[in-house]
Amino acid sequence: MGFRQVKEYLAWLYFQYQIISCCEVMEPWEQSMFNTIFLTIVAMVVYTAYVFIPIHIRLAWEFFSRIFGCHNAVAS
Amino acid sequence: MANPGGGAVCNGTVLNHKKQSNGSQRGNCRKNGIVKEAQQNGKPCVHKTAIEPLEEAPLYTLVLTYMGYGIGALFGYLRDFMRNWGFEKCNGAVEREEQKDFVPLYQDFENFFTRNLYMRIRDSWNRPICSEPGPYFDIMERVSDDYNWTFRFTGRILKNVINMGSYNFLGLTASYIEQVKDVLDTYGAGVGSTRLEMGTLDKHKELEALVTKFLNVEAAMVFGMGFATNATNIPALVGKGCLILSDELNHSSMIMGSRISGATIRCFKHDNLESLEKNLRDAIIYGQPRTGRAWKKILILVEGIYSMEGTIVNLPGIVALKKKYKAYLYVDEAHSIGTVGSSGRGVREYYGLAPDDVDVYMGTFSKSFGAVGGYIAGKKEIVDYLRIHSHSSTYATSMSPPVAEQVIQSMKFIMGLDGSTEGLQRLRNLHRNIKYFRGKLKEMGFITYGNDHSPVIPVLLYMPSKIAAFARLMLKKNIGVVVVGFPATPMAEARARFCLSALHTREVLDEVLEAVDELGDLLNVKYSRQNKLKHSALTNGTSFDEEESCEEMSFELED
Repeated sequence: MGFRQVKEYLAWLYFQYQIISCCEVMEPWEQSMFNTIFLTIVAMVVYTAYVFIPIHIRLAWEFFSRIFGCHNAVAS
Repeated sequence: MANPGGGAVCNGTVLNHKKQSNGSQRGNCRKNGIVKEAQQNGKPCVHKTAIEPLEEAPLYTLVLTYMGYGIGALFGYLRDFMRNWGFEKCNGAVEREEQKDFVPLYQDFENFFTRNLYMRIRDSWNRPICSEPGPYFDIMERVSDDYNWTFRFTGRILKNVINMGSYNFLGLTASYIEQVKDVLDTYGAGVGSTRLEMGTLDKHKELEALVTKFLNVEAAMVFGMGFATNATNIPALVGKGCLILSDELNHSSMIMGSRISGATIRCFKHDNLESLEKNLRDAIIYGQPRTGRAWKKILILVEGIYSMEGTIVNLPGIVALKKKYKAYLYVDEAHSIGTVGSSGRGVREYYGLAPDDVDVYMGTFSKSFGAVGGYIAGKKEIVDYLRIHSHSSTYATSMSPPVAEQVIQSMKFIMGLDGSTEGLQRLRNLHRNIKYFRGKLKEMGFITYGNDHSPVIPVLLYMPSKIAAFARLMLKKNIGVVVVGFPATPMAEARARFCLSALHTREVLDEVLEAVDELGDLLNVKYSRQNKLKHSALTNGTSFDEEESCEEMSFELED
């Protein structure tokens, strides 16, 4: 997997993105606008995931472990 | 029902052709379908109805297609807003200042679609060509400076573009220049009158006799324009108080003729015999709406080959239904005349039915015969009635004589009346090309609709910008294709449509297939999930042998 192949694959992926979102047939300023909005939304999703998912997983883990912990305490 | 009941004549003609071609090829060791059939038995090869499933794309494709249209619509609203508030000059149609308070003219969905989606990719259509539409043609190069609102010609001509879009199925468009020139010298170009007044020439009589012989019917009448043949003759055959049962995918010429006639129109699902039977039963049981009287006539309108799907009509089933419920059948063979059937006589011969089974045969000369015009054929009473009562014979100028001569020569060529078997050879070429091309496309993994024997091959692309990219990139590779989107097809099923010709050689087809393969990978349109075989090399000799065994296998199955 040479560097050139990776570059070609990324170029192909970018072309697919442009085709599927109709960017290829739009004027340049429309393309920039759409790219900006799309990247903003993606950035917000990534940031939210980064901030909130670890905390939620920790809380869920504590919740379930408390249930099973109480169960153990009652049983023994 | 399978044996042509038209008598020994029909059988005899077909057999003669087969014997001739058999004799001429016994010298070479080339095997192909004709020789096999003649050796096996004397019966012409008749086809049972094929099951033609229209394959569906994976779900993510449809989701992404609608998403693409949604993004296009959002940007369309944005651009409309900017145009309305003056941030951008409006290049499209607007009302005048004085009319701004009237009912708005350009706010419906069609105009919105045209302004915002169609305009962006408009350069894929209406490309002017400047040569005859043979297997290669020349295109005038044009560019747009303002994103397809206006075009200008650079003056350069793109030469020898491979033609995969013209309806030149048998390659007869420029074959008879000398004869046509002679007729042009004798008769001139215009006729100057209608059929009923002074516009019936001996050329028309000759052509009508030839069409009668070609289709093995009692009489025929020719008209100057194929669209007008449908639009002006259906009103003469049916009127108020009659019922028209028309396939939902019928051509707009038939729809226009049906609407002009004033009859009640009901559509049945495409090529679906249950839907047709249900409509027939409801019509006979309940009669006309409101009064409950019986319908005066029930006419079933179908096409031989549907141009957007490439499916062939299930004629034996429809004939059985029509006989059971006593309806009439009108078949529009615009694409199927000259291309299907073992000697090119259309769908009736393809299925091996009797000539009497179809009441009205209609067809056009613009596709396989390389001319323009249409015909209606059938029983003598029907055609004689149409000679007087058709709107076209009363009001429209009759067919131009050089055009009639082109059709006469083409038809003689196909029937073999000019003394050679080259007509049949061309038909065989076409069938071979169709089998090869379709087989290869399926193998590569494209979704293609339609019957395996139809010369019209749609390849589904689905997304709006993919059809524009396909058309533009194919032109860059010097291949001209036709792409179709909404409103000619359903919104989510945009396609590229290939029309094969008998004059395409194997090398040309290989070149096109290679380009299609490359574009298929680039655009990611190989959606087919059925038996994706490993893509084999296109130019080795095994493909020919594959084809022989396929033909052999299919013949055994039919027996």
